Amino acid sequence: MFHNIGEILILSWRTLLALPQAWRQRQKVFDQLAYIGLASLSMVCILSLFIGGVLALQTGPVLVERGISSVLGGMIGLSMCKELAPVMMAILVAGRIGSAMSAEIGSMQVYEEIDALRTMNIDPVRYLVLPRMIAIALSLPVLVLFSIPVGWFGGALVCQFNQKIAVNFDSYFQNLRDVVQTGDVLNGLFKSFIFALAIGIISCHQGLITRGGPRGVGRSVTKAVVNSIVLILILDYFLTRFLLYVQK
Amino acid sequence: MTSPLHSKSVRVEVRDLRKKMGALEVLKGISFQVGPGERFVIMGPSGSGKSVLLKHIIGLLTPDSGEILINGEPIQNPDVRDKYRMAMVFQSGALLTSLTVGENVGLYLAEHALHAPAEIDAIVARVLETVGLKGLQNRSPAELSGGMQKRVAIARALVVEPQLVLFDEPTSELDPLMAVTIGEEILKLNERTGATSIIVTHDRDLAFATGHHIAMIHEGRILFMGTPREVQENPDPIIQKFITAELAPPKSH
Repeated sequence: MFHNIGEILILSWRTLLALPQAWRQRQKVFDQLAYIGLASLSMVCILSLFIGGVLALQTGPVLVERGISSVLGGMIGLSMCKELAPVMMAILVAGRIGSAMSAEIGSMQVYEEIDALRTMNIDPVRYLVLPRMIAIALSLPVLVLFSIPVGWFGGALVCQFNQKIAVNFDSYFQNLRDVVQTGDVLNGLFKSFIFALAIGIISCHQGLITRGGPRGVGRSVTKAVVNSIVLILILDYFLTRFLLYVQK
Repeated sequence: MTSPLHSKSVRVEVRDLRKKMGALEVLKGISFQVGPGERFVIMGPSGSGKSVLLKHIIGLLTPDSGEILINGEPIQNPDVRDKYRMAMVFQSGALLTSLTVGENVGLYLAEHALHAPAEIDAIVARVLETVGLKGLQNRSPAELSGGMQKRVAIARALVVEPQLVLFDEPTSELDPLMAVTIGEEILKLNERTGATSIIVTHDRDLAFATGHHIAMIHEGRILFMGTPREVQENPDPIIQKFITAELAPPKSH
């Protein structure tokens, strides 16, 4: 475990050192951005719509019973932008994109394509890792920006049409506007940026250390996804603590 | 590799190379020298450590002890790898499947920004024509046969204008006709570039046809080194068994 952590830190450092050469890799960054966007956007919208809806469905009747249904908009609004959108989208991207990254780099490792790059004096970190890291770090916050309003809308739909809740769009969004600040959205975007870096580096590292043919690729993909999700949830706690401390 | 190009081929010296992989000692003190422009064949049965040796020579693996010198300078020094142009043709071809044939061949030039994109396209077209794959730039490597993939790999090596080129089992998994074609390509590449060539193979025909010198490797050690004729005339039973082994037809009843 400590060996892996050390390798990940070294890979992160080497990626940082390669950053000045990012412009030369721009075409690969655009390709990765297009791939991540196309692969994830529809899933992001569907997932966010239902997350907002479930949140309203679970909390709405309880708040109505206590006569405080007017706070539903703000509560769902804050939950989506500070917690649910960044965490759930990061988990989605870890499963959808992180797995693809580790599988692609892992296959290249197994089939000696990375060795071929090295013999041509092409640094695999600059050629493979850097474009993927930049693309995922840019795209996950953008996906979260899509996720937040869709989640709000999902909550609003349930509040409007569920007879036990019956909070109309106007009062829902009025409360949401009163409660949610720009800083809360930025809070979620910052979290998602850190999550993206964690997913990218873990997935690329797992790909690069792949050994042992197709079975090895399968193992790397599983490890990349599981480790990413565990790290997302651990980071979420510490980032929340940090952001609460900063906002005081 | 952006340093001024060296036009001369290089001398390779391997000194007492040892490597363990897990509990298995794969290389047990390998030493040899390859002169500039020479075609040197490392021949031996599967699992004798030939490919591991080749990966050490190009710096992909680090030895436990011993050293590899290129013109007297250790390969493990990153400056040495920058200083000399080296290429390797992998057993599998190792073409990047996410790129087209043309992009694979021009990858070295594009990544090191050695030419403008239009010039790279022209060089790629010329080199592909040289290896008999004219007009296949836009194909995916997956659409090509094994022999064609190997020729693309040779084209990729050719583009580097190498001073040292390594071939790992270049004729494995190929039919006899294609094996002959690849053997001819190796000879042509050596003539065109004058590059020092190290060829790892268990193909006896290829070894005797291409090698100026042959090293017979067995269980991580060099058994014998000499010209093709000297190898053929060597009485060592292991060598004789390897170079004369043939599948006998079943006796009819």
